[in-house]
Amino acid sequence: MALSQADVLAGIKEIVEEVAGIPAASIEFDKNFTEDLEVDSLSMVEVVVACEERFGVKIPDEKVTDLATVGDAVNFIVNAAA
Amino acid sequence: MSQRRVVVTGLGATTPLGGDVDSTWKALLAGQSGVRLLTEDWRELLPVHFAARVATEPADQMERVEMRRLDRSEQFALVASREAWKDAGSPDDIDKERLGVVIASGIGGVITLLDQFVNLNEKGARGVSPHTVPMLMPNGPAANVGLELQAKAGVHTPVSACASGAEAIGYAFEMIKNNRADIIVTGGVEAAIHQLPMAGFAAMKALSTRNDAPARASRPYDLDRDGFVLGEGGGILVIEEYEHAKARGAKIYCEIGGQGLTSDGYHIAAPDPEGSGVQRAIKFALQNSGLSTKDIVHLNAHATSTPAGDVAEANALRKALGSDADHVAVSATKSMTGHLLGGAGAIESVFIVKALQDRLAPPTINIENLDPAVTVDVVRDTPRQLPAGDIAALNDSFGFGGHNVVLAFKSL
Repeated sequence: MALSQADVLAGIKEIVEEVAGIPAASIEFDKNFTEDLEVDSLSMVEVVVACEERFGVKIPDEKVTDLATVGDAVNFIVNAAA
Repeated sequence: MSQRRVVVTGLGATTPLGGDVDSTWKALLAGQSGVRLLTEDWRELLPVHFAARVATEPADQMERVEMRRLDRSEQFALVASREAWKDAGSPDDIDKERLGVVIASGIGGVITLLDQFVNLNEKGARGVSPHTVPMLMPNGPAANVGLELQAKAGVHTPVSACASGAEAIGYAFEMIKNNRADIIVTGGVEAAIHQLPMAGFAAMKALSTRNDAPARASRPYDLDRDGFVLGEGGGILVIEEYEHAKARGAKIYCEIGGQGLTSDGYHIAAPDPEGSGVQRAIKFALQNSGLSTKDIVHLNAHATSTPAGDVAEANALRKALGSDADHVAVSATKSMTGHLLGGAGAIESVFIVKALQDRLAPPTINIENLDPAVTVDVVRDTPRQLPAGDIAALNDSFGFGGHNVVLAFKSL
């Protein structure tokens, strides 16, 4: 099922707010998970698993390190679901 | 170094009687019970349908995101430690290399362990939270409080079942005595109200099954007592080297004189009917504190409401204190709080500090017929006034495994 960038971004915002307590309003496409949003490594695992469940995609562990920004994650998920 | 004295400068608690020290202490003096029927469906699996849950959920005092990374036992530790730290005057500008944390738990993050096992079975390995290990480790409560306060003198977690909370305070006391630290946040917590630990205790026939009257179930020293009531929560003390406390103008509640530690070498769960380990622990606590049996006016007993334990303890107290037991007001506060396992010795130490401050020994409720085998002076139904002047009190705690811990507190 095709997902739009906007839908995935909105979903990631909700997940990161839920998992890491970061207000959705401050989560933007070009924000870096660790440097800008201070999502620690354990919380990043939670974000990845929650994204897999929500969007029905697989995010392999070796890909997770490539997902530096929110935008990286959005693009990966949109492509994986396409 | 032997001149270093240890005083109490802060208190915190979250218990079945209240979300903080003041509300808990008021309810305790009023003789209220914190024991209630469980509302969960799983209670039907068990012969016991009640427990003593905390009066105030941690969710009322914590951020949601913080909650999801913490086991319930860790939540209790943070809630009570924040209160105790504030009560101590929030001394954030102290040397953090002289600040320690010693917080015990009897069985650690058991609810996290069991919940995550369900996740594993239902969702596979990816369904297991990455916070599982930091949440289930028994040192988690101490570690989280240590992180929050940036304690760098040492963070420790003694484990000795139901003596753990008292042993933690004793360990912290030694750290200050031995000049490893000047100020320590110490106590014990427990969060084990879950069908599995309860089924385990029930299988030992350790729990009361008085399902028709939960608030009457915890009845230490009563002839018809039939087991303990599981409680949850925790108690925290800020303890401090005397000169350090004075120098910063801290409010000082009382002094911790010393401790006595022994083991029974008798049975994994049953109390030694001779109680020699308990007697020796009392003797050592008095010796180490420079106290005699004459100085003791109050004792917060372990007294969990089990048929064997209460009498074994009372006999040991009588033997250790001799005729001086006649002027020791013995309170069994588990009649109201239930048994907080690793938190018990800690909240009961908080109660002793409050008793010395207010000169009031809290009551023991639910004694309809005092067991004639109990030969100590039990404070029943209403609080009892303690004498003016210099007084001292003991807290004794015992744990499965034959652990005996006695702490001695002195007015100052």
